[in-house]
Amino acid sequence: MSKPAIASASAVAAPSAEAGAHFLHGVRRLLLAGGGLFFSLAATFFGLLVITFVIGRLMPVDPVLSAVGDRASQATYNQVKEAMGLNLPIWHQFARYAWNVLHGDFGMSTLTARPVMEDLIRVFPATAEMATVAIIIGIVCGIPLGVWAAVYRNSLLDHVMRVVGLIGYSVPIFWLGVMGLLVFYLQLGWVGGPGRLDVYLDGEVPTVTGLILVDAVIAGDWEVFANAFSHIILPATLLGYYSLAYISRMTRSLMLEQLNQEYLITARVKGLSERRVVWRHAFGNIQVALITVCALAFANILEGSVLTETVFAWPGIGRYITTALLSADMNAVLGGTIVVGTVYVGLNLLSDILYLIVDPRAR
Amino acid sequence: MKKLLAAMALGASFALATPAVHAATPKDTLIEAWRIDDMITLDPAEMYELSTYEVTGNVYDTLVAVNGRKTSEILHKAALSWTVSDDGKTYTFKLRPNQKFQSGNPVTAADVVYSYQRLTALNKSPAFLIQDLGITTDNMNTTLKAVDDLTFQMTVDQAYAPSFVINKLCATNFGIVDSVLLKSKEAKQADGSNDWGNGWLKTNSAGSGPFAIAQWKPSEVVTIQANPNYWGPKPKLKRIVWRHIAEEASQRLLLESGDVDIARNLSADQLDGVRKKGGFKFTATAQNNNLYAGLNTKNQYLANPKVREAIRYLIDYDGLAKTALREGWIVNETFLPNGVLGFIDSRPYKLDIAKAKALLAEAGHPDGFPLTVNVASTQQQWMDVAQSMQETFAKAGIKLQILASDQKTVITNYRARKHDMALLTWGIDYFDPNTNMAFVVNTDNSDTPKSKPLAWRNGWMNEDFNKQAAALLMETDAGKRKAGYQAMIKAWQPISPFAMMFQQNMVAALSPKVKNFFIGPNPEMTQYDTVYK
Repeated sequence: MSKPAIASASAVAAPSAEAGAHFLHGVRRLLLAGGGLFFSLAATFFGLLVITFVIGRLMPVDPVLSAVGDRASQATYNQVKEAMGLNLPIWHQFARYAWNVLHGDFGMSTLTARPVMEDLIRVFPATAEMATVAIIIGIVCGIPLGVWAAVYRNSLLDHVMRVVGLIGYSVPIFWLGVMGLLVFYLQLGWVGGPGRLDVYLDGEVPTVTGLILVDAVIAGDWEVFANAFSHIILPATLLGYYSLAYISRMTRSLMLEQLNQEYLITARVKGLSERRVVWRHAFGNIQVALITVCALAFANILEGSVLTETVFAWPGIGRYITTALLSADMNAVLGGTIVVGTVYVGLNLLSDILYLIVDPRAR
Repeated sequence: MKKLLAAMALGASFALATPAVHAATPKDTLIEAWRIDDMITLDPAEMYELSTYEVTGNVYDTLVAVNGRKTSEILHKAALSWTVSDDGKTYTFKLRPNQKFQSGNPVTAADVVYSYQRLTALNKSPAFLIQDLGITTDNMNTTLKAVDDLTFQMTVDQAYAPSFVINKLCATNFGIVDSVLLKSKEAKQADGSNDWGNGWLKTNSAGSGPFAIAQWKPSEVVTIQANPNYWGPKPKLKRIVWRHIAEEASQRLLLESGDVDIARNLSADQLDGVRKKGGFKFTATAQNNNLYAGLNTKNQYLANPKVREAIRYLIDYDGLAKTALREGWIVNETFLPNGVLGFIDSRPYKLDIAKAKALLAEAGHPDGFPLTVNVASTQQQWMDVAQSMQETFAKAGIKLQILASDQKTVITNYRARKHDMALLTWGIDYFDPNTNMAFVVNTDNSDTPKSKPLAWRNGWMNEDFNKQAAALLMETDAGKRKAGYQAMIKAWQPISPFAMMFQQNMVAALSPKVKNFFIGPNPEMTQYDTVYK
């Protein structure tokens, strides 16, 4: 990582035959990564499957009761028990369960009485949309602030950033959410309230991606876009703020490590401008590490937005999994966990691919 | 750096320049903030969740309905009149002519037959409501009949009290569905049987009430819109929208900013805040839902009636009603909610440590004993009640251990009679006292009974009460029936395996623009056809 940037510049200028070989090498790495992804997915998946099945059976909750409620007659109870396959031997139940899951059928959620897959298709885009806007805010603000804090170490800006980071680490997001709503929604009226859209606009644009901002653009409905933006900006800024705190601290420490290196003195001696020294040489060398930082921050937002989703009445996957857990809805928990797990593995793959693009040594 | 600063400033100004979104809700639309994540189906033959009743209660007409504002009155909905045969078993209903479903199809007696048959045959959670009248899949083709287009006949297995049968038919599960439309939506279930259109009706509607389902996104929003084919006066509002807002604080913010017209789940503190701010109206109605503790007689101590009586004196009813349960619950020590036929405000118990100690000494436990109570930890108020009990019980030497878990675990335990005490609520199934005979009647105290009424779950069986309840179920004189239940409450209170404590009270805060809004004592009695802004 601390290898001088000059060396990587020569790699970029390599002759075309060598570039071809590098390309093949890159493809092989990608294939390996793909294979690795497959195996890690399969292993994660199987592990999750066994654990959720066992927990589902060990829990002191009668699954039939969850489905039919407390008042149903014995005849109703028996009918549902049979339909759920609960009178089959346990290994048979597991085989049936695994077979269905492999076919993309996570079973029915007892909480919503719908197929879990349908629920996930509905709730995941809501979270993905908010997390994406949040991570953009986190990256766009967090990285420059982190770089500045490192360059102007112990300046006023650095101290301010430290306080900002500290608040980001220590103030509960739940409290900030309610305060944000009080100030920006109730008092100032600058942003929309809880929910993804004002009720009267709900269902105005057809669902294509499930991401309202994108769907509004596709439909060319700018009123819906503006309204959705006014609703997403506050929760996304809050979430973005938390990742900003993390990203800027990480950027700062990575940069500090680089700024002490000798190759920067060389660069300065060569007469390069300070801006070029900082942004092209020092920053250029921390990009790879930053990709991992940002991917982690993104994954954290995706799974860690439960409280934000609750305060902002945001129908996302964090809230879905938590509610499912609290009411012992194991099918929904499994489905949700698999989605989050897949996203994690997917982000890992994505950062691997980005490595190839950003870091010539990895090719 | 300058460029970046400029870019950030631009971004910030864009965010700030987003127009203020405090638009008032549309004049023809009522928007409510409510917790509706219990809603799992909209099919009247399948639903058994509180919020669903409020929605479908405005979508499906039943033959008859209880007037929520005056619960002793029965309203004629789809039925103009009815008669009971001399043997007390056959009910004949004359339907209101010229009624139409939202699809435009006429409402006929064949639709009523179809609706009641699918309630029976689908055999979902509410099926027991009709099965308890002796109507089964085997006999439903003869017991449910369309005599002509506008005459429906139902034959039950015993000469029940007519008030019982009529009250029962008021439940929205007996809502009339459009048989012509639903037959076109029927599909095969996994086991090959007919689904009676259930797959489709879960998320759609086929009713003849004042409204129809417009959309439902689980745990997000449900909307009903005025049904242009409704036989009665046209609803004054075009749309009613319930938005799922889990957080009380968020509900209050939405109300105060004018984005919703009604907030339904504000805590006592939130209500105080809204009152202090001013400019809002409030309405409250006691709900048909009781909070009680089941005392399992399978427990060696609780088997003694004196111990159970002592426990009833160890609960701080008034203190809790003023503190932890403020606004949300009112004291009710009977097995009936106030408003149901036969209710009498009999309140023999209040916190009395000395009396409880004396009773425990008489029972041979002057130094107390250990006991556990199962509580759903998801309900903070119930946890508060359990903690209050822990304190007051300790004063008489009873060491109460709180076992907190999710509600389904509590109920699973309760149904297996594995608890000492269980803190739970019980809402009525239909607007008749017989529904709460679950607290009184138990005809099979073995470990494998056909049904598990609340009395069974606490291991309590009393032949006298079984007989009394059976007789009252057949009592044709409504006055005698009422007096019978009132007497039963008083005789049951000192020996029962329960500590009945509170009845739910539902408070809504609403914008002063909203007129005529009334929360029904049962969710289906919250009617929106006359509400306006």
